[in-house]
Amino acid sequence: MHTASRDAATGALSIPIYNASTFHQADVEKPQEWEYGRGGNPTRRALEELLAKLENGAAGFAFSSGMAAMTTAVMAFVKAGDHIVATRDIYGGTYRLLTGFLPKFGIMHTFVDMTDAQNIERAIGKSTTLILLESPSNPLLRLTDIEAVAGIAKKHGILTILDNTFMTPYLQRPLDLGIDVSVHSATKFLGGHSDLIAGAVIVKAPERAGAVKFTQNTCGAVLGPQDSWLLIRGIKTLSARMDTQGANALRVAEWLAEQPWTSQVYYPGLSAHPGHEIFKRQATGFGAVVSVKTDTVERALAIMKRVKLWNVAVSLGGVESILSYPRLMSHASIPTTEREALGITDTVLRLSIGLEDVEDLIEDLEQAALTPP
Amino acid sequence: MKRRKSIETILSHAGLCSDPATGAISTPIYQTATFGHPRLGESTGFDYSRTSNPTRLVLERMLADLEQGNRAYAFSSGMAAITSLMTLFKPGDKVLVSDDLYGGTYRLFEKTFKPWNLNAEFVDFSDLAAVEQSLDRNVKAFFIETPTNPLMKITDLKKAAKLACTHDALVIVDNTFMTPYCQRPIPLGADIVVHSGTKYLSGHNDTLAGVVVAKTAGLAAKIGFIQNATGAVLAPFDSWLVLRGLKTLAVRMDRSQENAATVAAWLTKRKGVRTVYFPGLSGHPGQRIHKTQSSGPGAIISFRVAGPAVVKKIINRVKTITFAESLGGVESLITYPISQTHADICAAMRDRIGVTDDLLRLSIGIESCDDLIADLDQAIG
Repeated sequence: MHTASRDAATGALSIPIYNASTFHQADVEKPQEWEYGRGGNPTRRALEELLAKLENGAAGFAFSSGMAAMTTAVMAFVKAGDHIVATRDIYGGTYRLLTGFLPKFGIMHTFVDMTDAQNIERAIGKSTTLILLESPSNPLLRLTDIEAVAGIAKKHGILTILDNTFMTPYLQRPLDLGIDVSVHSATKFLGGHSDLIAGAVIVKAPERAGAVKFTQNTCGAVLGPQDSWLLIRGIKTLSARMDTQGANALRVAEWLAEQPWTSQVYYPGLSAHPGHEIFKRQATGFGAVVSVKTDTVERALAIMKRVKLWNVAVSLGGVESILSYPRLMSHASIPTTEREALGITDTVLRLSIGLEDVEDLIEDLEQAALTPP
Repeated sequence: MKRRKSIETILSHAGLCSDPATGAISTPIYQTATFGHPRLGESTGFDYSRTSNPTRLVLERMLADLEQGNRAYAFSSGMAAITSLMTLFKPGDKVLVSDDLYGGTYRLFEKTFKPWNLNAEFVDFSDLAAVEQSLDRNVKAFFIETPTNPLMKITDLKKAAKLACTHDALVIVDNTFMTPYCQRPIPLGADIVVHSGTKYLSGHNDTLAGVVVAKTAGLAAKIGFIQNATGAVLAPFDSWLVLRGLKTLAVRMDRSQENAATVAAWLTKRKGVRTVYFPGLSGHPGQRIHKTQSSGPGAIISFRVAGPAVVKKIINRVKTITFAESLGGVESLITYPISQTHADICAAMRDRIGVTDDLLRLSIGIESCDDLIADLDQAIG
């Protein structure tokens, strides 16, 4: 919480927002620390150092969105002709990048069910240079044995990138588990207030930093100083938010599991959740995203239409609870047959639990689920 | 036919009353990531700020209007705009690019896209016959700067567009130096206009920004897909800063250009100054063409001195003018292209185009012209 919060020049306990695109050069013959905002900005740098510290990495980089972070990370390490092995159920935007953007540049992919790390082994080919994973996955919170994946990757000399958005480094540190690169949509829990769009890439090894820095500077999808500052501000309350939201989420998940109108509840904190034991080894909390499958489509739609306290919207991770419908929202990019094969059917709801009183949240869900039409 | 409002009026009204809820004169900053849906399956038109944000949209509409394009997209930096734009093309495609250009664009082509087999060939676009020599069936676009950075070479945009048309190639123009206040490439035949909004559009050296404007709905849709999928979007606050800057674009350009013309004329007579590059100077190559396609000479001046020792002396001595990268702001800046903006260009090409160690570039701001000349005078010595 204390990193990045002091201005060296004045002692101010909040880093100034350097709304500057350029910087005076004191010496024409020597490169200066600050030259041009795209290459480096003091407010963004404070954030980037904070991100690196949080993830226990060598260097952090901030981007204008999670997708910009993901795109830059891939461009930094992958080249034409390479092959990527990716988690089968993954955020729709990442899916779109892999299927609708990268293939044109000769970058191919295979989706794998990573709940069994051995499936990855089978999918690796001669040109595989990257394993891209989400754990827990979005939206069904499927869990992967991260250390096992890291081991397989190292054996084959393959790079690993893990999207750590749902957990945040407060609960899960992929780089400590052997992953090479951690990526975030900082829009979500890191920012925590649904008020900014941002992305982050953190590398474990110092020698990997150069490629990301070069691509960040050359392709310029940088996070602006204002939003960098807001993100630092959000991170100050990360631990308190995650603790309370996690406790709320567990209560909501347990309550949902008891309801007759739910057919399946997805939450790593439930002991029946597949991978629960592995998860406890690699994370110190279960997070604040719960997904649920209702008994009928009508029920799912009714809940979405009748909730009053829950916000019906895309996104997640903020202090206000958000109820999403993956089929039409986060996973709309995935073709229907594939989406349904993954279990993301029209009865799946995704809940991002916020800081409200959990009984208020439950009461609202109950009235939405049970009120006759 | 209803008279189109003059550009000075359009600019000074940038973002005016864009908030229907309150009538606020200044565009609200929608500092939000997401938007509530009134009902499932119903949207207010905004779902997620990466895809579209109301503040950014006000800016994007303004830019489309200014450049007379179908749709505009705002990015987190000029390089983010160019990167996103270039992903329209595919491996095997070739782009003919102005050979006197910003070093960051060069670096992107050579270091990022070339390994993906998306190739750039750098040609002198002030000589369209030379450009024609380089045309082959892999050429999918022209990427033109006019005037070029930093030697102010001029390209005949109408003729370039006709040439591109015969080959089914897109015409992309980086209009950063001129801005739509002085030059509008789309009516002259360009398909896409790109800006580092960091420069004149924002005008205060206080934010990064990039812009892509598409002439047609078809191109716009493709660029919109890329902006959403790869997400290098301009943030709401920074969008608002650019809008704010646009309001004074006309008066800033007027004053800067006036100053630049006076400074350039003074430089041509000054002992110790060799060649001066400025489209407003009579005898500047391409000036006649420039005058048919733009309404002002711009406010960038490049000039040569005896050598690096003199360069160092000038840079160390200027007080009113600041030694820094970038350009286009209200405060005048001096840059040393070979070691700063054009450092990434390989030495052979730099020599060929004339970006050598005796060249300085001035971005003239809106200070008192007398102060600027006095500063240069004491610095040159």
